[in-house]
Amino acid sequence: MKSLIQKLVETPGPSGFEYAIRDVIREAIDGHADEVRVDALGSLIARKGTQTEDGMRVMVSAHIDEIGLMVTHIDENGFVRFTNIGGISPLTCYGGRVVFMDGTRGVIGIDGIERGKMPMLSDLFIDVGATSKADCPVKVGDVCGFERPFLDLGKRMVAKSMDDRVAAAVAVEALKRLEATPHEVHFVFSTQEEVGIRGATTAAFGVDPDVGFAVDVTRSGDTPRVNPKMATALGDGPAIKVRDSSFIADPRLVDWMVTTAEKADIPYQLEVLEAGGTDGRAIQMTRGGVPAGCVSIACRYIHSPSEMVDSDDVENAIKLLVVLLSAPIVLD
Amino acid sequence: MIDLLAHLKTMLSAAGLSGFESPIREIVHEAWEPLTDALMVSKIGSLHGLKTGQGPEPRRRVLISAHMDAIGLMVTGIQGGLLRVTQVGGIDHRILPGQLVTVHGRETLPGMVVQPPAHLLPQEAGDGPVALPYLLVDVGLHPESVEEKVRVGDTISFSQEPLELTGEALAGHTLDNRVSVAATTLCLDELNNRAHDWDVWAVASAQEEATLGGAFTSPFDIRPDIAIVIDVCFAKGPGSSDWRSLPFGEGVGLGYGPNIHPALYRLFEEKAKAFEIPYHRDLMPKMSGTDAMAIQVVAEGIPCMVVGIPLRYMHTPVETVSLKDIRRAGRLMAAVIADLTPDALDQIQWEE
Amino acid sequence: MTKKLEISAGQVPEVGASQIALLEKLCNAVAVSGDEHEVRQIVLEEIKLIADEVRVDALGNVLATRFGRGENRVRVMLAAHMDEIGFMIVKKHDEGLFEFERVGGVDERQLPGKSVMVGREHRPGVIGAKPIHMTTADERKKKIEVSSLRIDLGPEIGDQVKPGDRAGFATRFEVLGPSLRAKALDDRLGVATLIELLKHAPDQIDLLAAFTVQEEVGLRGARVAAYALDPDMAVAVDATPAYDLPHWDEDDENDRFNTRLDAGPAVYVMDSATIPDRRLVNWLVETAAQEGIPCQLRQPGGGGTDAGAIHKTRAGIPSVSVSVPIRYAHTAASIARLDDWANSLRLLHSALSRVTPGLLAGERRD
Repeated sequence: MKSLIQKLVETPGPSGFEYAIRDVIREAIDGHADEVRVDALGSLIARKGTQTEDGMRVMVSAHIDEIGLMVTHIDENGFVRFTNIGGISPLTCYGGRVVFMDGTRGVIGIDGIERGKMPMLSDLFIDVGATSKADCPVKVGDVCGFERPFLDLGKRMVAKSMDDRVAAAVAVEALKRLEATPHEVHFVFSTQEEVGIRGATTAAFGVDPDVGFAVDVTRSGDTPRVNPKMATALGDGPAIKVRDSSFIADPRLVDWMVTTAEKADIPYQLEVLEAGGTDGRAIQMTRGGVPAGCVSIACRYIHSPSEMVDSDDVENAIKLLVVLLSAPIVLD
Repeated sequence: MIDLLAHLKTMLSAAGLSGFESPIREIVHEAWEPLTDALMVSKIGSLHGLKTGQGPEPRRRVLISAHMDAIGLMVTGIQGGLLRVTQVGGIDHRILPGQLVTVHGRETLPGMVVQPPAHLLPQEAGDGPVALPYLLVDVGLHPESVEEKVRVGDTISFSQEPLELTGEALAGHTLDNRVSVAATTLCLDELNNRAHDWDVWAVASAQEEATLGGAFTSPFDIRPDIAIVIDVCFAKGPGSSDWRSLPFGEGVGLGYGPNIHPALYRLFEEKAKAFEIPYHRDLMPKMSGTDAMAIQVVAEGIPCMVVGIPLRYMHTPVETVSLKDIRRAGRLMAAVIADLTPDALDQIQWEE
Repeated sequence: MTKKLEISAGQVPEVGASQIALLEKLCNAVAVSGDEHEVRQIVLEEIKLIADEVRVDALGNVLATRFGRGENRVRVMLAAHMDEIGFMIVKKHDEGLFEFERVGGVDERQLPGKSVMVGREHRPGVIGAKPIHMTTADERKKKIEVSSLRIDLGPEIGDQVKPGDRAGFATRFEVLGPSLRAKALDDRLGVATLIELLKHAPDQIDLLAAFTVQEEVGLRGARVAAYALDPDMAVAVDATPAYDLPHWDEDDENDRFNTRLDAGPAVYVMDSATIPDRRLVNWLVETAAQEGIPCQLRQPGGGGTDAGAIHKTRAGIPSVSVSVPIRYAHTAASIARLDDWANSLRLLHSALSRVTPGLLAGERRD
């Protein structure tokens, strides 16, 4: 499992540029799905199972994109200015390393600004080691992701794109472990979540599910002096989302997920996320509406180059997802 | 005849925060059952009532959307037997301290919003109005009992009882937008006594205050030819006197702006004049702040009208409305719908 | 049904006197978001003899189709928005003064001292400002709030203007040497371009032209237009700011110009609303290179076009945007270069002529 997570987090794939990560997923699920296709926005959709009388068409969505940077300008001395792809805090940029889709590497520097002032993205630049514009190997529109090796701390794991590659790993593993299901399950490895839940929007329309689950990370409220407070903690089990700022999980589905977790003796926690959204919203809002829920993995330091999750939460999230998909879904 | 006050009071006593509409939906279901030919619940919890028209098939369809969900609070954590909360829908935190509430846990618990003393809060949080993350809800139970009965994600509604003021004015919480559901009930009742060619789809929509979820989804399945959104609008009152507010109790608002099809506006204006129903043009230069924002852009697009019932103190537990305006809104919608001829859509065109 | 004019299918469109005259008519019309009537009328009149199908939808979009010939025609949607930023009258005061709200993104500092046209009759009005003599130094450091401004239509206006009426800037269209100066070049340039492309539509594609409404208040028209047209791919044709002005500090390089005048049509690689399919970006850039048409990449960053709504429609529609660079967008007067417009038209026409089913075969490969 850890090697799959490592492979996933170390493959670059900022929103809109998910081809490399898509290939990794395709290989990881090879032979386990009944059909694999790619939609117009680049989401990989793997179908597994045949719908029985008790079954439904179920969409499970984990996004494979990550936050990143795009080049806006190269100055005469070869310094590279950039804009953000998704939510990037300037706080976590300075001194960071980036890798472009073609393998070019660079470091992030900062303009001379007033001491103590919070920098803006426009105060930052990438230095790729060029001596002038002429020998700068990148051009306007090129895309890079943060570079930071996977770190195995035993129980805890750290990487730059646990959001949402850890969920992609959970979905891959659940797809592989899922044996008997009454459902036709569509595992969607969605694109462009970080820029506005775009891939899941079109995938949900295409799949036209009866029920959907997002799998994503959520904030963890167990760090010192955390503000705003949040009841989630690393190691307390996968979080069953009640709501976030763009989505209210279907309460019938939440109750059923809770009951199912309890019956299967899988630890879980309940989640109310005050700022943030997931593919769940896109599923719920598609066509005439779809009951949707979300399995989350508590994660510290989200959108920094060092996002931390708990290994047991990951394993339990896989178990929960497999259990949820193995039995008829009861909505009452 | 519908007893408007009684109908409203039943609805106001029901919970039903955005996404958790089942208590109010059951009450509306009961009220609409005798007035409709079929009732169904959408996949995300909106109530759809069909009142079949008498025109030749295939009949045109008009959708009436009145959102039934309420604003309120939600439990985010439990600390020392007290509840930390966040909002569902937009609530000014300055109206919260001291409010009586109902916590919908494993059992229903009365509670109140409390403001901790400044010395127990971070310095910047204790000065001035205390922000929502620092307010707590106390249900008066011992901590272990709270842990047993309440969990993260439970909803909390206001428990202010409805109050009848003088001059047919009613105050209470969640008048936004139960008054519009009531107006829709009145409209359906009136249509029982009048022939109408079009099929009428009355929708008590879900999630308006949080995601517009009901409005994005119900029209996709129903595919109406036109939609009437009924919601509350601002009434003139203390602190709201500019052009965005309409006189209180002196007629309905007729929405005007990009969310509204101008031909539908004209149709409503003509009918209001013909039936001597007082109205005011409710200007919405950008967005209407209603279900129409979503309905208008569903699928290939749906011509929308917005009817407003002026309301004071919006999003507080003492929202105040005039019953007269609710009746007017119901009558006006019925008058428009009853006169929709099979080919009325030909008049709802852009080239004026 | 009127016989379609087989005027010039496939012929390369140009920007000449008649195109400039059309643009002038379009720019001088007022079409504030939600009330696009005037521009819609012009569009309908211009395309009635060249499109195979024309309809006005529930929101007021004009959807026009020109079918090609032969097998395997790609259905290409082109979108240009008819609406412009402007105002709505919200309250009548005494003596011909009216309170107003902005519709779309207008910097309030652009308002004082401008003339406007109010309502369908284009009644002249002005947005005044307090005489400098009566202001204090402190006051002059602050923006003049919109709520304190009024549109003055003269004391005898009576009921000729009422709350709900829309107003737009009154700047008249002018040609200034190599440039055009007008209000609402965003996006009448796109509208005029689409009309020309409909007239000269290449034969191997079906051209689905959407003249959209309510772009400036949230890309609303494009969303339903895309749903209805259900195309294979889409191009939003718009205008985008050129901030190619000198930097205050002369030693500092202007590295945030967005686009530059005279550098040709701007092709998008990313804005706030869309990350275009790179196959379509390359299609445009390669066409420009092969045809010798100048073309620039718009700097990635904020902003958005109709493509933002289109690409998320249904199961996803590969989309890209092309804009004519203009200076001073969303103000009373913008400036564009005639050459940039002509090259935008040429680029789009050449690119459309090269569309084959192979363009989008296989998966999105960025």
